Amino acid sequence: MAALTTTLPEASAPAKAARRSRPRYWRGAVLAIAGLYFVTPLLSSFVFTVHVPNQGLTFEAYSGILSADGFTESLFLSLSLAAATIALALLLVVPALVAVRLGPPRLRAVVEIVCMLPLVVPPIALVTGIATVLRWGPDHFSRTPLYQTFLAVQNESFPVVLVLAYTVLALPFVHRSLDAGLRAVDVPTLVEAARNCGASRLQVIVSVILPNLRSSLAGASFLTLALVLGEYTVASLLGFRPFAVWIVTVSGAEARMSVAVSLLSLLITWALLLVLSRAGTGSSAPAAAIPAAGATASAPAATTVPAAAPTPVPGKE
Amino acid sequence: MTPSHPTAAPGPGAAPAAGRQTEGRRTEGRKSEGRKSEGQKTEGRKAGGRTRRRRPPRAWLGALPLLVFAGLCFGLPAGALLYGAVTRTDPVAGTTEFTGEHLTRSLQGPYLTSLTGSVELSALTAAIATIFGVLIAQAVVTSRRGALRGAVLTASGVLANFGGIPLAFAFVATLGISGVVTQLGHLDALGWNLYSFTGLTVIYLYFLIPLMVIVVVPALDGLRPQWREAARNNGATAWQFWRYVGLPVLAPSLLGGFVLLFGSAFAAHATAAALVGGSVPLVTLKIADALSGNVLVGQENVALALSLDMIVIAGLVMAVYLPLQRRSSRWLH
Repeated sequence: MAALTTTLPEASAPAKAARRSRPRYWRGAVLAIAGLYFVTPLLSSFVFTVHVPNQGLTFEAYSGILSADGFTESLFLSLSLAAATIALALLLVVPALVAVRLGPPRLRAVVEIVCMLPLVVPPIALVTGIATVLRWGPDHFSRTPLYQTFLAVQNESFPVVLVLAYTVLALPFVHRSLDAGLRAVDVPTLVEAARNCGASRLQVIVSVILPNLRSSLAGASFLTLALVLGEYTVASLLGFRPFAVWIVTVSGAEARMSVAVSLLSLLITWALLLVLSRAGTGSSAPAAAIPAAGATASAPAATTVPAAAPTPVPGKE
Repeated sequence: MTPSHPTAAPGPGAAPAAGRQTEGRRTEGRKSEGRKSEGQKTEGRKAGGRTRRRRPPRAWLGALPLLVFAGLCFGLPAGALLYGAVTRTDPVAGTTEFTGEHLTRSLQGPYLTSLTGSVELSALTAAIATIFGVLIAQAVVTSRRGALRGAVLTASGVLANFGGIPLAFAFVATLGISGVVTQLGHLDALGWNLYSFTGLTVIYLYFLIPLMVIVVVPALDGLRPQWREAARNNGATAWQFWRYVGLPVLAPSLLGGFVLLFGSAFAAHATAAALVGGSVPLVTLKIADALSGNVLVGQENVALALSLDMIVIAGLVMAVYLPLQRRSSRWLH
């Protein structure tokens, strides 16, 4: 049968018919239960935000968000942190991965290990280490010029230390996404060809390598954005107040609004995912709609760490 | 593999699967892959193409910024953590000495309870999520509707990222004390409490199950229809197929997925922090408490020791995971 199906496409028709005659109720049941479990919290969150007992329908929770105290500042802070993190992570990882393909083979293992190591260190452990290092500032360096650096990275209005921490947390995802993308590109040949045509090293990267990586760049950026927007642990323990920390602060007085903002952040994530995947691939294939999943699906055998890509965004949790 | 495409192609749902299989197969064996494809592209000078290619001098400089950054922003905190966990500084004399005291304390009393609590919660949620994730993935993979597959995969990608604070609040609105479902079903009368071990389990599953779906769909795609046909032709029942063919082939992927989910749940902090405060003993909450000085002054070193414990456990998880990943790629894709 196996031999038949492989050579004659039409031979699979009876097999399919036989399969169809035996409906699989378990599939419907599983999907129904899963649908119920995953939709209920979303639906009831929405009901919770618009329905006030004894008052009926109201959209105050949503209309009040924009004017809420601290909303714009914290959202702006989170977005600018995300932009800086994406820029830094890409600036570090893209040249490294190109170098890996041109340079000595041992470099590849080194870069991979360096990028995967943060997976072993949970964000909360990283932040204890960072807090320890930051405490050295006042303790040991208060009379050296280095102290100014300690103060500068902890600037309230734009805490550079968060960008550094988030970049560390994002390294595994960015590395995996870009590495999968670069695997489809013959880097040495492209670089050689471009160099022979007189392109500078920078030109090679910008106008030859990067255009080949659009979808992986989009995937990496999305994962980093999702990570930074939802990050709570590092920011709250270091005493900064980006978006996720603001939601918790506001939840005490405005329970409805905190739920409304949570719901909106999910929708925004969803929208970004769709936009970025389309921008990246230029196609509307739903399978490609998950840059993260796409990245892993296309390279499950080769990537050392799995589909962690789409998520375990450790910082989020 | 290639000859199986005609089989898969007629089913609309199977088409993407077939594509993925080839794709996966192409990337099989990371190291040899680059060479192979290069060899194909530079057909003419295959023989010496690779060796003749002159490596640009100082190419490794491109990796330098990354390595410096990692050393500074990852190595430094990690080193500080390690150092702080095994040393004690005398506040009066200012001397520093090595000691196992913090590590010992982190494995005793309430700290040990929090570690086991975290491990239990992670193991339980990872196990449940593995089972449901595989069921959902199998339902999607065997479905002939491509739209369903796309929708479920997209939703999984989003929901797996829907962790942390927003997730906690969505569940407070649903199953919290004044949550919609709690009120409708009068769950509080039944003894339901979201701010408990069970409550956390229900919440964690919300991002772990989608994660498992994403991890396991490629593996299920790799189960070749020929194997099932061969088993059926030899008279095997569906149960026997899964018992002797399907599950053994999938086992490394499933275990790998489980381990990944475990690590994910183990490192989770924000959801629990927003929700239960201190009512469920979890190691991440204990570290946060000790770090922010909520408990006692001078607990920082215990926080560092606890973090070290976490890193050791997470490291073990990875050490189990990586060989499994390599093993599963031998059969699938």
